[in-house]
Amino acid sequence: MDTSKKGQQKYAEMVKKASPNSPVFGDCIKAFVSGGIICTIGQLLLDFYIGMELSEKNAAAWVSITLVGLSALLTALGIYEKLGKFCGAGTIVPITGFANSVVSPAIEFKKEGMVFGMAAKMFVVAGPVIVYGTLTSMLVGFVYYFVK
Amino acid sequence: MLIKAFVVGGLICVIGQLLIDKTKMMSARILVLYVCIGCILGGLGIYQKLEEFAGAGATVPLTGFGFRLAEGVKQEIDKIGFLGIFMGGIKAASAGITAAVFFAFLAALFAEPKEK
Repeated sequence: MDTSKKGQQKYAEMVKKASPNSPVFGDCIKAFVSGGIICTIGQLLLDFYIGMELSEKNAAAWVSITLVGLSALLTALGIYEKLGKFCGAGTIVPITGFANSVVSPAIEFKKEGMVFGMAAKMFVVAGPVIVYGTLTSMLVGFVYYFVK
Repeated sequence: MLIKAFVVGGLICVIGQLLIDKTKMMSARILVLYVCIGCILGGLGIYQKLEEFAGAGATVPLTGFGFRLAEGVKQEIDKIGFLGIFMGGIKAASAGITAAVFFAFLAALFAEPKEK
């Protein structure tokens, strides 16, 4: 136990030494620009759908559907993963990243079967997001119901 | 509005990047955290202001997904009362979830996993 802990510490030090001085700043710039571009595309889509005389709520839903579809296409072509390596959180945090987390395991695990592979693994990341999202929304609902 | 969407959306991603770099947080945990934070800020009525200000810059990041859950739950409670607590959240998120499932299924039918 003790030796493995020491080993881990040593490894952490080695990693620290090997890493460049401040990758954080560069990472943040990349995340800012790529995340910003994805949101700008979202805004362009939103303006487009509102221009088609959809209600704001329905237009927002169409934006989500379009972005999820685009992300699925890029994921299937293997492009989203390459973008992700460069952009970091800029491609994880937007809804396209959520879509990628659903589509990517669906493709990867289909060889393990359409039920326990494709369908089950689809929710490896999205599952926890939906679980905690739902629970939090219920909490918000309870408070809203009794406070309003 | 485009510039506001770019800047606000970009900044929300930068916070995620800082979490990854500084705390070695896994991306799945960040997505969970973002949804919960968005939902709570939506519940408090704070996220609405960010949406008015930045449009898609606020709604495209996953905090916007949480915000939609909170909005949905509130509207459903206004409409049908207590039952809304159980129905509002997922209903509001249904387009995103269904689209993700549909496109993932399509992608899995047509795309092959990459060789590693």
